Amino acid sequence: MAATDVEIARLPASVELKRPARSLWSDAWHQFRRHRLAMAGLFTFVTLVVFVLVGPLVYHTRIDNIDFTMSLKGPSPEHLFGTDDLGRDMLARAILGGRVSIAVGITSVLLAITLGLTIGALAGYFVKLDSPLMRLTDLFLSLPILPLLLVIVYLFRDSLRAAFGPELGIFLMIVGVIGILNWMPVARLVRASFLSLKQKEFVEAARAVGDPDSRIIMKHIIPNVLSPVLVAATIGVGGAILTESTLSFLGLGFPSDTPTWGRLLFDAKDYIDIAPHWAFFPGFLIFLTVLSINYVGDGLRDALDPRKTS
Amino acid sequence: MTNQWRRAAAVVAVAAMTLAACGTTPPAASSTPGASATVASKRGAGDDLKILYWQAPTILNAHLATGTKDSDAARLVTEPLASYGPDAKPLANGLAAEIPTVANGGVSADLLTVTWKLKQGVKWSDGTPFTADDVAFTFSLMADPKTAVSTSDAAEGVKSVVAKDANTVVVTYAAANPNIYQWGVGTCCYILQKKQFEAYQGEKLKDAPGNLKPIGTGPYVVDSFKSGDVVTYKMNDQFRDPNKPYFKSVTFKGGGDAPSAARAVFQTGDVDYAWNLQVEAGILKPMADTSSKGKLLTVYGSSVERILLNFADPSASLGDKRGEPDTKHPFFNGADGKIVRTALALATDRKTVAQQIYGDGLSGKPGCNIVTGVPDYESTATADFCSKFDTAAAGKMLDDAGWKLGSDNVRAKGGIKLSIVYQTTVNAVRQKTQDIMKKNWEAAGFKVELKSVPADVFFTNTSPDGANHFWADVEMFTNNSDPDFTNYLNGWTSKQATGKANNWNSANYNRYQNPAFDTIIDSLRSEKDPAKRATLFKQANDILILDVVIIPVVTRTQVTSGIANTLKNVVPTGWDSEMYAVQDFSK
Repeated sequence: MAATDVEIARLPASVELKRPARSLWSDAWHQFRRHRLAMAGLFTFVTLVVFVLVGPLVYHTRIDNIDFTMSLKGPSPEHLFGTDDLGRDMLARAILGGRVSIAVGITSVLLAITLGLTIGALAGYFVKLDSPLMRLTDLFLSLPILPLLLVIVYLFRDSLRAAFGPELGIFLMIVGVIGILNWMPVARLVRASFLSLKQKEFVEAARAVGDPDSRIIMKHIIPNVLSPVLVAATIGVGGAILTESTLSFLGLGFPSDTPTWGRLLFDAKDYIDIAPHWAFFPGFLIFLTVLSINYVGDGLRDALDPRKTS
Repeated sequence: MTNQWRRAAAVVAVAAMTLAACGTTPPAASSTPGASATVASKRGAGDDLKILYWQAPTILNAHLATGTKDSDAARLVTEPLASYGPDAKPLANGLAAEIPTVANGGVSADLLTVTWKLKQGVKWSDGTPFTADDVAFTFSLMADPKTAVSTSDAAEGVKSVVAKDANTVVVTYAAANPNIYQWGVGTCCYILQKKQFEAYQGEKLKDAPGNLKPIGTGPYVVDSFKSGDVVTYKMNDQFRDPNKPYFKSVTFKGGGDAPSAARAVFQTGDVDYAWNLQVEAGILKPMADTSSKGKLLTVYGSSVERILLNFADPSASLGDKRGEPDTKHPFFNGADGKIVRTALALATDRKTVAQQIYGDGLSGKPGCNIVTGVPDYESTATADFCSKFDTAAAGKMLDDAGWKLGSDNVRAKGGIKLSIVYQTTVNAVRQKTQDIMKKNWEAAGFKVELKSVPADVFFTNTSPDGANHFWADVEMFTNNSDPDFTNYLNGWTSKQATGKANNWNSANYNRYQNPAFDTIIDSLRSEKDPAKRATLFKQANDILILDVVIIPVVTRTQVTSGIANTLKNVVPTGWDSEMYAVQDFSK
């Protein structure tokens, strides 16, 4: 009996040992799956991405079929999203526009986050770098955006176009422009968190056991500043999608015949009382994208928050 | 965008000549439209006239205007000697008592001098008398290069403007000028008060307080002016016509955009006059048709939305030689140049653009001629060419010349692809036009890349993205002429070819160089017989159209404004400021 008792008492311990090693990301995923809205957001976002990636393979209507007899028609079995004033199919345009918009939104935010995280971390951790990097941040914050855009476009449009072709060249330019103009708030956020975290006991403990700076930054501090960064990033995606449309409007973005959600919405705005469907679909898709990414961000923040780990 | 364009192209347009150029037939002065209709009006009987310009005026001295908005806002206060009426002929509703002609002795037979008789007893709004000295002074400001006025073109080739006596002004040209009204008529030459501007000559002109609050002879005086926002005027008690103006005050509001201006006049009825409703027909037509508050006011002038074909090579690889007049476009200006150009014109669907985007006569009709608006000059030889639209025939034409379709659906010959960059301004109407053109041109085997540039950049001579540099294969915009087309057409002569040497200030953006065309323009400079001039205008026009230097897309209305149903006596002209007869407006 005694032997059995010991066996029973040891069992949980052995089970504990068999569990796979826990990492930050597996923990986070475990945590994330419990967040219903975040899962719904992730599902919606993945659906949208699949919709724009697979759409053109399934749906063959061309985006530039001009047919004035069909102009400004509402949704019908033939044109599920209706048509614009030139009678072009809005579904095809929304699918192709989504590719550009989602790609621009995500890529430019990734760029902004990477820049912001790097600069913020360096400024927050290394005292000597703090002042120069933060003055650089102030410099970027104080730049007047429109003249800067004009200069960037003037300097780089033709060379990027020549190097990567008209479409990829302009894509890189726009992603670069949006990324470069949006990293500053992230950098400030990250620096502030670093300043407070690097005084914490666990960082001192890490330093005491001889961890190098790079390991302290990557392993110990960054996971703790990720949550505000992710929130900023998710908000940034929606902003980037809309900034892209502003650029197109100024003639600095994609050529006018490249549909993007922002551009479709912009084209539709004057027709909103005559053909509301035209503005509705791209608007709704932007709304869905931004909302779903926000919920994913929300879930990620909770999942990555060490204090919430159960 | 026409308006920025107008300014940018002032070089071409302002100094144009008049048909009145003849030594044999005296120029006819038109009757005063609206004058008879306004007999019943009484000074100050109306309240406030609300005018909306979606571009806001920033200065009220028309000589320093940066656009039509400034010049038009100044027209309520300052006036020229005479206006150009709806029939493209001078109209004595300004400071001149009558229009000088050869018949009445006002114009010398050698077309060198014009003697203007001024109206008697006209006073400035500060109560001092208006005299010929003020006119001569205004000319001296325009002729002085240091003042850097935007109206200086009108003073070019003018030898002197002299006050012969208090009520007589003599304009003398350096050489016989068929365009005898070049100086004094229309938007070029609003007369300023010598007393107010005397201390601000030369470079100091830009600092003159009168630029913001000019003293004028016009029907209204500036009450308050917020630059870039709103001008309020009250009526000028000193105005020469005791029955005018009808309105006690005017609010000249600026800002917004064309669609919201259209809503303000058609839907909400907030304003009495909304300027330049450059809105797609799909929006404008239902708004104007169903409006109980306002109606559309349009009139044709010489405005043509046209596509220019580049005769120089715009390849970036040329470096310093890029787009210079001595380079040759790889397919528009080679051995097959005319075939490729003609195929492009054949694949251009003018009718659909005019119908669907300009509303089939609402704000434009299918274009064909570049010399248009004056019936005597309108060519008929081009009608057949313009009426054709057939992308298959265009494709076949290229096929026959050896331009074969590649696997990428683009025609090529000898390694040269028919790949086109097509630039224009950022403007919904133009982007729609681009979409239609691209579709059809690609059906004929061209590859088309669209580019749109903000209007203020596009119309800057130093901008590499601009119309003047024309570093693209085709470009599209609107331009217009004065009633005499000589100087306008001069913009396609060889020596006007734009390039680095002239800092892209010359008017021949196409870099079209054709001695036969140059000869016609030279003849126009000396030809005085109106019938022969008309023939020469038609010949010049036919060369530009049939040699496919330009493809006119749409002949546009010069005035496209909305007015309240209650507003009366508004007679639009296509050849002068929309405010040329604002004293006649009433309710």
